[in-house]
Amino acid sequence: MQTFYCDVLCMGAGLAGERVAVEAAQAGFKVICLSIVPPRRSHSSAAQGGMQAALGNSIMGEGDCPEIHFKDTVKGSDWGCDQEVARLFATTAPIAMREMAWMGVPWNRVVAGEHTYYKGGKPFQATEKAENEGLIHSRAFGGTAKWRTCYTSDGTGHAVLFTLDNRMLQLGVEVHDRMQAEALVHDGGHCLGCVARNLRTGELTGYFARATLIATGGFGRIYRATTNAVICDGGGQITALDTGIVPLGNMEAVQFHPTGTVPTDILVTEGCRGDGGTLLDVNEYRFMPDYEPEKAELASRDVVSRRMTEHMRKGFGVKSPYGEHLWLDIRHLGEQHITTNLREVYDICTHFLGVDPIRQLIPVRPTQHYSMGGVRVNKDGHAYGLEGLFAAGEAACWDMHGFNRLGGNSLAETVVAGRIVGKKIVEFLQGKDAGSFTARHMNAAAGAVRERIDALRRGTGEDCYALRNAMQDVMMEYVGIFRNGKDLQTGVNKLQEILERCKNMSLKGGGRPGPDGELAMALRVPGMVRLALCVAYGALMRTESRGAHAREDYPERNDKDWLTRTLAYWKEGDTLPTLKYEPATPFFILPPGDRGYGGGKIIPGESIVEDKLLPFGQDA
Amino acid sequence: MGRKLTFEIFRYTPLDPASTPHMQQYTLEEHPSMTLFIALNQIREMHDATLQFDFCCRAGICGSCGMVINGRPGLACHTQTRDLQDHITLHPLPVFKLLGDLSVDTGTWFRNVGTKIESWIHTNKEFDPEAQEERMDNALANRIFELDRCVECGCCVAACGTARMREDFIGATAINRLARFYIDPRDNRTPADYYDLIGDDNGVFGCMGLLACDNVCPKQIPLQDQLGIMRRMSTLESVRGILPEFLRKKLQGCGHIEA
Repeated sequence: MQTFYCDVLCMGAGLAGERVAVEAAQAGFKVICLSIVPPRRSHSSAAQGGMQAALGNSIMGEGDCPEIHFKDTVKGSDWGCDQEVARLFATTAPIAMREMAWMGVPWNRVVAGEHTYYKGGKPFQATEKAENEGLIHSRAFGGTAKWRTCYTSDGTGHAVLFTLDNRMLQLGVEVHDRMQAEALVHDGGHCLGCVARNLRTGELTGYFARATLIATGGFGRIYRATTNAVICDGGGQITALDTGIVPLGNMEAVQFHPTGTVPTDILVTEGCRGDGGTLLDVNEYRFMPDYEPEKAELASRDVVSRRMTEHMRKGFGVKSPYGEHLWLDIRHLGEQHITTNLREVYDICTHFLGVDPIRQLIPVRPTQHYSMGGVRVNKDGHAYGLEGLFAAGEAACWDMHGFNRLGGNSLAETVVAGRIVGKKIVEFLQGKDAGSFTARHMNAAAGAVRERIDALRRGTGEDCYALRNAMQDVMMEYVGIFRNGKDLQTGVNKLQEILERCKNMSLKGGGRPGPDGELAMALRVPGMVRLALCVAYGALMRTESRGAHAREDYPERNDKDWLTRTLAYWKEGDTLPTLKYEPATPFFILPPGDRGYGGGKIIPGESIVEDKLLPFGQDA
Repeated sequence: MGRKLTFEIFRYTPLDPASTPHMQQYTLEEHPSMTLFIALNQIREMHDATLQFDFCCRAGICGSCGMVINGRPGLACHTQTRDLQDHITLHPLPVFKLLGDLSVDTGTWFRNVGTKIESWIHTNKEFDPEAQEERMDNALANRIFELDRCVECGCCVAACGTARMREDFIGATAINRLARFYIDPRDNRTPADYYDLIGDDNGVFGCMGLLACDNVCPKQIPLQDQLGIMRRMSTLESVRGILPEFLRKKLQGCGHIEA
């Protein structure tokens, strides 16, 4: 087996992975990035809307500051986030955006003078200040008090990813693309690297690293209808869970985006609503102000998705051969705006839906979009349970999003967390000797992967596609936007049964030499089913409603019993995760309260003792 | 009942000793809104699990799924079957190394060319975390993004006559990439620097002007204009000291796209 040695191994080369890699390479460390696809094809490239950072340059963002951004983030999380991390994020975000401008991102800029903007479909005039001409501009996103989302047209993820990848070229960071990580190498206390399968040749490859980063993005593909790319299968989270000692945090917190398109599930950005787009029902009636008088279409995503589902359940959905949907209306924004600021949306509508959004309505419905949960790490990005293992971005549960993340906060998180965790990895390495690697643990990990491949070649049961589809159907049917104990229990039972069937999985194509895409998928599916079980079982046990986790049988947010984060461990041979819980936050800057939207009821917790309360500007 | 579609697909896995290059046929029933992404996945899941192809975002954003569709390079994910006849022929993109069937190695090609043309901002300034960002005109930011929208799918390279003949030709995608840095005030490279990178027949002077690149670009990036702009800049750089400077300066501005 070919084996590589490096200081830092980044599993994943999207925005978070590359930002960490750049930080470590700048400090002189040898970095290798693994990626299933060439880095510029990472799913970060598909993020359209933008990155939240309290720069406050635009007139509608005037007076913004990290503290307001922090408060929006905590409310958005429904008080499920770690407030220390959310504060760290909000205060670092403006610096990270400016740094990306220095690296080359063509952020849209403030143009002084009077402009027509839209709010809730209605035009209004605002005058951008002359002294801010040419500074980074911002647009509105849901759940925010200010217009705070920095953007490049609606190709923000693409523009930032290409800029970071250019920086990677400049620094000469080694990238091994078409490489799929299958197992972490560890000795029970330290992470030593990983075993990956080369998707060009089919061969296993070993990587020894002094620090290993999981930055593999989300796991949306456990659902059938998801906006996520086909590579978002949770590969990184699976390798962490499989160690048995690294927990996954808040896996039941799954975000459904209000505007996945029908029938392709491709996302159109929240920027559509931020820029003034509205949601209409079968009668082309704008219904959101009836539910959310204050924020209307720009309440947080969990709230808008629930309201849309509620409205369709009342019979106001538009019937179609692909199921019911609602309409997104951006016609009033006009051709000029749509073909420049929402140009990707224009392309998606015309190419995939046959809809001209300048003149026609866009069919949309809530669709799985984001995984708040992931590899549980501390504020430095260091994973629980294994020294030398880190995680960042969507793959991690850092945890600034709690039970619902705000639009524009996850894309920002990639470069903000990447910057912070990258520096922490550099500190971690600087404080250590070069260390030595022994082959024993590598051989054990590689042997286990080989045994899984051999078992697949011997298998006589169903193929990986049938089993994956069965899992996706269970998640769609029983672990969706609205949840209840009975359905969740059914979902858990069915997933356990699918996990059992995975043991005899077979390869239809026979396992030919070379890349063998079927084998790559077959190696993933049992792990995906385990992730699905973490989601479903975590949701079953959490008997409250918080953020995106909405229980019909427990509609209240219960701060008395559930101001906690779920930690899911998987012991070898088990058919269910072992769940533990920890306090959601080490201290409170913003004590639990009403979000100001969503209309949920709250079971209050005990009042917070004084030493757990901190002002925004004070360290613990 | 939809149409019956016949797919004729190139098959060959170089690493499999038992594999030989051939065309293989599959038939599928067409559904409304069917794209080549849906069709190829159906073939793999229902008919032939050995078929290899690349998809990622399946939304026309990531550039993974370039292939030759009925003789023309394009993105498979945003190609609707209803726009095609009922007999659909699929080949892998030429120029790039074949990995298997419709899957080619664009990643290595683009990393090599990106390094060769030094595809990054060249600046002497250090980042100052305390300082406000440098200002930029919004119209210029839009112009930069217009060129930054390339998804590196490789369609323009596959459609390029020069690239088919000359292994080291950097292609319209790389010339466009440099055109992006050329208009970016943060990059302090001079025309002389760009001339060193692309002023030869593996660069702008290798282009035969067939312009299929411009025709097939799925993002409709104005590649023809960028080739013209970069070629004029390089040509005028090559006659520095030969042509009188006032004439050279005058020609340099000629036809340059305005903000």
